Amino acid sequence: MTDFGFEVTQTSPDAPRALRLRGALTVQTLLRLESVLADHAGQGALTLDLSDVGHMDTAGAWSVVRWSERHGAQVTGLEARLQSLLDTVAAAMPRPDPPEPAPRGLREMLEGVGRGVVGAGRFLTELAAYLGVFLARLGRAARHPSEFRLTSLVHHCQDVGLRAVPIVALMGFLIGIVLAFQGSVQLRQFGAEVFVVELIAISILRELGILLTAIIVAGRTASAFTAAIGSMKMREEIDAMRTLGIDPAMVLFVPRILALLITLPILGLIANIAGFVGGAMMAWAELGISPWMFYVRLTEEISIDHAIVGFSKAPVFAVIIGVIGCHAGMRVESNTESLGRMTSAAVVSAIFAVIAADALFSVFFARVGI
Amino acid sequence: MAQDEPIIRIRGLRNQFGAQVVHDNLDLDLYRGEVMGVVGGSGTGKSVLLRTIAGLRPPQGGSIEIFGKDALNCTDDARKEIDLRMGVMFQDGALFSSLTVRENVEVPMQAVPGLTPALRRDLADLKISLSGLPWFAGDKYPSELSGGMRKRAGLARALALDPEILFLDEPTAGLDPIGAAAFDVLIRQLSESLGLSVFLVTHDLDTLHAACTRIAVLAEKKVLTTGTMADMMDVDHPWVREYFHGPRSRAAIDASKRTA
Repeated sequence: MTDFGFEVTQTSPDAPRALRLRGALTVQTLLRLESVLADHAGQGALTLDLSDVGHMDTAGAWSVVRWSERHGAQVTGLEARLQSLLDTVAAAMPRPDPPEPAPRGLREMLEGVGRGVVGAGRFLTELAAYLGVFLARLGRAARHPSEFRLTSLVHHCQDVGLRAVPIVALMGFLIGIVLAFQGSVQLRQFGAEVFVVELIAISILRELGILLTAIIVAGRTASAFTAAIGSMKMREEIDAMRTLGIDPAMVLFVPRILALLITLPILGLIANIAGFVGGAMMAWAELGISPWMFYVRLTEEISIDHAIVGFSKAPVFAVIIGVIGCHAGMRVESNTESLGRMTSAAVVSAIFAVIAADALFSVFFARVGI
Repeated sequence: MAQDEPIIRIRGLRNQFGAQVVHDNLDLDLYRGEVMGVVGGSGTGKSVLLRTIAGLRPPQGGSIEIFGKDALNCTDDARKEIDLRMGVMFQDGALFSSLTVRENVEVPMQAVPGLTPALRRDLADLKISLSGLPWFAGDKYPSELSGGMRKRAGLARALALDPEILFLDEPTAGLDPIGAAAFDVLIRQLSESLGLSVFLVTHDLDTLHAACTRIAVLAEKKVLTTGTMADMMDVDHPWVREYFHGPRSRAAIDASKRTA
């Protein structure tokens, strides 16, 4: 099967020379065949004599056809069975379509930037549209309570809120410990250990409690929304809903985003309390500030404004996470790769959007002076 | 040519899932160069038979000889050698979703030592073209293709190493009549010009007419009968009669007469 050989023959000085191939022309001998053919290219008119070829597959036939086409050589002597193979391959020789003129260099780069900007603009417009749809359906649900899916809302509250309590509480507790420990090390240098209470309370209430809760929920819930809605989209369930006169936004988006709106502030509160517990324990162990002392300073020195600032962000984060998760789910196409791609895209953009919104909030509150 | 020597010889094959026996004492021969269509009701184990021969499922008993070698009790290397001489096209193509069609066709070629990437690419383009796909299909991912094009891409991958036996699992299922007819012609053409032996599992009576040279009927846990389409019309078995004398069969016969 793998024996292969060749010789060059010439019947008379005037006759065209013949390249005579022997043995098997298969994918196994293809490299040798190609190099022999390349060696004998461009040496004037040649005929290719294949009468000693015992075995040939499409790879061998392809090589012969391509070489004879390029160099205008004639192929002779093939037995009928192999000739039909050669003819089939010759008929099926791939002919590339003329390539589209691709923009190069600076133009290509500018085009890429332009596409990116337009894509980002379209993404933001779509998100705004989804937010609008959610608010419109929410308003409709308020006017027509019978259309609202209460069972679905309770189910999602359990899924999004109750099941997230352990992880959120643990996260808050650990953050409190870290803040107390780092704060005590720094503040002890000035003998200002007691201010560790303010450090913990303000940073957790204003920023860390709600931000980190939102990030955990974004990772947990945005992906779950996308996966659930996306797999329904993939199996055409959403199209089926539309044909049955059911509004997908009403039954899918409203309960999910509303569940987030309700539970995210509660989760934030849990994270804050867990943070204080962790901070108080660490302050007691490291600095000897008793829990009672911690509580008194917390209630007397810390303005309620800090808590208001923190909790005012929660509904915004909730809507951002919910809208991004639902939108990504609706963008899933009819194949499994797009489901995976959109799920991870939903998590990344939800976390990014939450942090970006938090930065905007910081600037806003600094300007208004709260 | 040794037309009488079967390329696949199955004797006394037994397949069972738990207590449910699918095949019992099943005999079947596949000869070189023929296109054999395997038919049978749902649950008669057509696909199980295909998977057993292709080595995807060890049977509970019996013997399978492929290319004259025992395919069940052999070393892994010997089995691999047999596998390289067979190609399987699965129902929906079973293409690797993270690779383009061209890369899919190149996958089996990586087993050939010394083939350069450029040669692999050119050969893959040839197989894609042989399967009747347009040039631009090579750069597409399986998810971007229609069902019919995915089947053709699966065929291109099955043909990648010029197999001697080609297994096709429901090649025309889910295709529109025009696409299915074109696929039938393609199977017949490839079998004739490339000297392929084809083992084809189908429900499609038109495919049996247009593409197959011999038909094997699976029923009662074994191969009930084999023969040409004309032979099938004379078989006196209730299921076979109903299958080949039903209204759909008549329509298929009429259609093949008109085109003949």
